[in-house]
Amino acid sequence: MAEKIKFTIDGKECYAEQGQTILAAALDNGVYIPSLCYLKDLIPAGSCRICNVKVSGRFMTACTTPVNDGMEVENNTPELEELRKSIVEMLFVSGNHFCPACEKSGNCELQALAYKYQMMVPRFPYIFPEKEVDPSSPKLFIERNRCILCKRCIRSIKDESGKSLFAFKKRGNKLMINLDHELAATMTDEMAEEAMEICPVGSILRKEKGFDQPIGHRKFDKQAIGSDIKSVI
Amino acid sequence: MSKPIVATTSLAGCFGCHMSLLDIDERILELIELVEFNKSPVDDIKVFTKQCDIGLIEGGCCNSENVHVLKEFRKNCKILVSLGECAIMGGLPALRNGIPVKECLQEAYLDGPTVIENSGKILPNDDELPMILDKVYPCHEIVKIDYYLPGCAPRADLIWNALIALVTGDELKLPYEVVKFD
Repeated sequence: MAEKIKFTIDGKECYAEQGQTILAAALDNGVYIPSLCYLKDLIPAGSCRICNVKVSGRFMTACTTPVNDGMEVENNTPELEELRKSIVEMLFVSGNHFCPACEKSGNCELQALAYKYQMMVPRFPYIFPEKEVDPSSPKLFIERNRCILCKRCIRSIKDESGKSLFAFKKRGNKLMINLDHELAATMTDEMAEEAMEICPVGSILRKEKGFDQPIGHRKFDKQAIGSDIKSVI
Repeated sequence: MSKPIVATTSLAGCFGCHMSLLDIDERILELIELVEFNKSPVDDIKVFTKQCDIGLIEGGCCNSENVHVLKEFRKNCKILVSLGECAIMGGLPALRNGIPVKECLQEAYLDGPTVIENSGKILPNDDELPMILDKVYPCHEIVKIDYYLPGCAPRADLIWNALIALVTGDELKLPYEVVKFD
């Protein structure tokens, strides 16, 4: 086994495998770095920017930056937490996030981050962009009003030949997530379940399912996001 | 010293936030010892009879009357609090924000499945009726709002903690369970 690299997060000594990213190594060392687009074992996208950390005075996304020997990472600082909170607030105004009517409420990672940062109101004005809902696939709704364009679905939901069922369409502020209808027709229930599960928000929804967990029993009702990641050293 | 005065209103809301205020249960007896209510559906005072300290606003602004009432509250209250998702971001009424007003009215009064009798094809357009706005606006886009209490409805404990903090000047207690958006 290759020798482990030593580095620090907020002064705490941590160890990483060669080539491991800061975020993956942090989790292995029991340190929580907030993130949205990161999902274990997927190629990192670096699209949500929540996992911004500071290395040698520069902001880096922890999910895409490999650990170097002796690296000193700043994570839980007021500056970074404020930056992350501002990104969460920006995500809230750039979509149409009607939490009270959302099937994913209570299990939504974006909402959970807003709870973590105790977001009372976003500091930016609401945009109320016009988005289209795509109900045409047999098993899933694509609710683009809530999509944060994290690419988790593109990276993880694939058929046997490795083709992604999801893809981006258009560019810039028209960029949207799209489901390949031919491939979607062959989707198993398990795949549909997984797609809904990996979506950090309520953009991918199982049809004929929703609101099946009572308030109080959902993932983030009582427990803050990241609070299950415990220090191992 | 006289008691701080509280006013409340429901704009484009469902009165759920007011119900949540009542959810403080027996603490309401403590509350009436601490504050006096002025214009509010709670005591049915319809117009401001004095300057108030705290105004609780439920609901966003969907028509001209909402805007008028909200501006009255700003004039008559030292501190305004947006209570609940609708006041903060428009809430469920704001689901119409992506749909032109004409289409909304047509669906409600002409084409909708529950329209039974409208042979004259009339859309409400009387001077007495408040004008519907092009979209539903969060309260802080109309007047300055000082504090925000999210939730649908905001948890009773959140409203209670906030009122106590405002009245006593103590720091607001915000345990994880009380700040929720649904």
